Amino acid sequence: MTRPTKSLFVQDDRIKRRNAAEKRFHAYGLAAVGLAALALVVLLTSVVSNGASSFRQTYVTLEIALPADKLDKGGERDPAAMAKVSTFGYTPLLRDALLAQITELNITTTLSNKDVGNMISKEAAATLRNHVLANPQLVGGTVSLEVLANGRIDGFFKGRVTLESAALDGNTSPEALQIAQSLADAGIMETRFNWSFLTAPDASDQRPEAAGLGVAILGSLYMMLVVLVLALPIGVAAAVYLEEFAPKSRLSDLIEVNISNLAAVPSIVYGILGLAIFINFMGLRQSSPLVGGLVLTLMTLPTIIIATRAALKAVPPSIRDAALALGATKMQAVFHHVLPLAAPGILTGTIIGLAQALGETAPLLLIGMVAFVRDYPATYSETAGLFGEAATALPVQVFNWTQRADPGFAERASGAIITLLVFLAVMNTVAVLLRRRFERRW
Amino acid sequence: MWGFLTLSSLPVLLAGLALIGLVGAQIRAHHAAGGDLRSLAALPRAHGTHAILSVLVPAMTCLVGLSLVQLIGRRLDVETLSDGAIFRAVLVVSVLGCGIAILRSTAQFRARAASEAWIKSLLITASAVAILTTVGIVLSMLFEAVNFFRQYAWQDFFFSTDWSPNFRGDSALGFLPLLWGTFYVSLIALTLAVPVGLFAAIYLSEYAGPRMRGIAKPLIEILAGIPTIVYGLFALITIGPMLRDYFAQPLGLGGSASSVMTAGIVMGIMLIPFVSSLSDDAINAVPQTMRDGSYALGATRSETVRQVIIPAALPGIMGAVLLATSRAIGETMIVVLGAGAAAQMSLNPFEAMTTITVKIVSQLTGDTDFASPETLVAFALGLTLFTFTLALNALALMIVRKYREQYE
Repeated sequence: MTRPTKSLFVQDDRIKRRNAAEKRFHAYGLAAVGLAALALVVLLTSVVSNGASSFRQTYVTLEIALPADKLDKGGERDPAAMAKVSTFGYTPLLRDALLAQITELNITTTLSNKDVGNMISKEAAATLRNHVLANPQLVGGTVSLEVLANGRIDGFFKGRVTLESAALDGNTSPEALQIAQSLADAGIMETRFNWSFLTAPDASDQRPEAAGLGVAILGSLYMMLVVLVLALPIGVAAAVYLEEFAPKSRLSDLIEVNISNLAAVPSIVYGILGLAIFINFMGLRQSSPLVGGLVLTLMTLPTIIIATRAALKAVPPSIRDAALALGATKMQAVFHHVLPLAAPGILTGTIIGLAQALGETAPLLLIGMVAFVRDYPATYSETAGLFGEAATALPVQVFNWTQRADPGFAERASGAIITLLVFLAVMNTVAVLLRRRFERRW
Repeated sequence: MWGFLTLSSLPVLLAGLALIGLVGAQIRAHHAAGGDLRSLAALPRAHGTHAILSVLVPAMTCLVGLSLVQLIGRRLDVETLSDGAIFRAVLVVSVLGCGIAILRSTAQFRARAASEAWIKSLLITASAVAILTTVGIVLSMLFEAVNFFRQYAWQDFFFSTDWSPNFRGDSALGFLPLLWGTFYVSLIALTLAVPVGLFAAIYLSEYAGPRMRGIAKPLIEILAGIPTIVYGLFALITIGPMLRDYFAQPLGLGGSASSVMTAGIVMGIMLIPFVSSLSDDAINAVPQTMRDGSYALGATRSETVRQVIIPAALPGIMGAVLLATSRAIGETMIVVLGAGAAAQMSLNPFEAMTTITVKIVSQLTGDTDFASPETLVAFALGLTLFTFTLALNALALMIVRKYREQYE
């Protein structure tokens, strides 16, 4: 008699196969989650490791002689007259100061004086000039000033530039890096944390070491203000109408389908809209935070409307019924009772919408925010109006820097991304905390 | 003497009129009450609110409407309304509104109902912004696209495989290489995102315990909250060089860091949370009874997923994939930074190719001349892109809606 091969304890081939398939399937799922998490970790590590160094900057402290015969021929110490000397007049002073410093430290070098001068950032002459024009009495004496080192020297202290890579680089040389090392050992050159990355305006192609995010952060802030002021009231009003008042009609159905479609329209299409309507048709100024804010408002509206409707839906009908039973009109029931109860949800949705708008790049490229802007935009000006002066935005500044040739800008772009991500993380954390703190379960 | 009466003084004037209305209506209401507020149909306060709204709402409507007329007139180069005319019209309307509101403030007047009607009209206007946006999108692209097709034959645009704009006036603006690039990048992205996203969703909803889900779900959602420029930079400085050094060059497939593969992989990562959260919703909407039935018949978990849950959730998953596709073809920054700018049709995924969105950006940034076909082509591209994504979204929404009705 043959015993049955199958039992709960002895697995036959088919069961084994099925269990193996089960294990494989489980592993696939785990692998998918792992892959997604890995992608996140790699992404963040890459950005942070590339960009963290942009918050540190190399400075060199120089004792600079300010000869009166070169800087102030008239001798009146009048800043207006002294302004005739351009930055080119200051460059040799910096070079001489650095050369003097090198001689003092007994560093011998075969570098030409010009190459030694190039170790200082091209931005330094402007820094010195502004300093002198602000303090005209300094002319004739010497001044001790901390100025930026050249981007390559800066890169050397951050590990981006090595002696080997410098040998192949036309803009620096291994010898310059060795001098820089000696200067650093003597405490004259120093790499330290700098706030200027967050406050300084953008700088030209030749001087990544001076480029900062000041204008971009200000521009982004202005745009967020425009978005908040326009999108929040319009979005909430639209959602209140659709959720509380709209009759079930063709029109309200059309609006509803419309909103869900708008939420999925590619962002670049909004850029085309902004270019055609706000700039070409209405004649608003290119690159202005006002136009950027309007475009982002239209993009953010669907998000806010959808979030507000969800928040309104979550308020139980008994609240409305109670208000109506006490003689309130429908409008009073909504504005006095339902809306305040839905406020945390609305606020959360608004913050998430703002965070999306803050990171949006493509539409802003089309309305000219990619322009090179060095002047901090004023909130209001006679000629340009409210939020009308040219500005850039944080994500656009990142794009802008990726298009530059100097490798120093790659570091800056990653640094700008870190700044952007910090802003977004703060906004999202606030949204989550708000939800946790005020969310009510009915 | 009346020199201060210009458009810029309008806010102050309107505020003044609103204040007059507020005070006037309340005084008249009090007067009509004759000391006994119970004889009024609405509180004096409501009369005041009504007067404010009667001044502001018609005045703003008039201002916006007439400014629009003025703008259109200017664009068409015809004699149009002057600032002064608009100012006078708005002023007349607001004074009328103020006067009528004060005159209507009698004992029988239901001021609260009247002001609620004004508020409701404001709410309707706000929700009409959504429709106006769509109309604006379509109009802004349609006009310029028509302009473009006047200068450039539509057959050449839609069916030519040559894209080489120049400044000599004989640009070839064939759409097919861009379509191919868009399609190829999206295909690679979806090949990565759909299985990973779907498996992640299945794992999180069917296998993972609450702790695992509590950690993994927010982690994946973070990916969705990262702006696309960050992914673009990631493609440019990390994935691109990596693929070039470890795959493309050793395999002899090309030496370009920006390639279809670079953009596709990074876009795939971006789409993972999109696919997974939408599929998650679809899977969670499958009733528990169907799972229980399957287990009761002796099916393993994976068999239940494959033979019961996936078929039941298929419409939702299809919707997720369609929405992800629409995201992929409309995505801009990742392809601008990762895919390159060369318009070509090749099968080699390690070659740089370009997409519709990249070309919209490149044709519309920098010095643009809105009369040349090289600039106007961007609007035709935009319109095509909008049509594609709209069709995909509509299809996805239709499928999802239909499916929702089944289980609710």
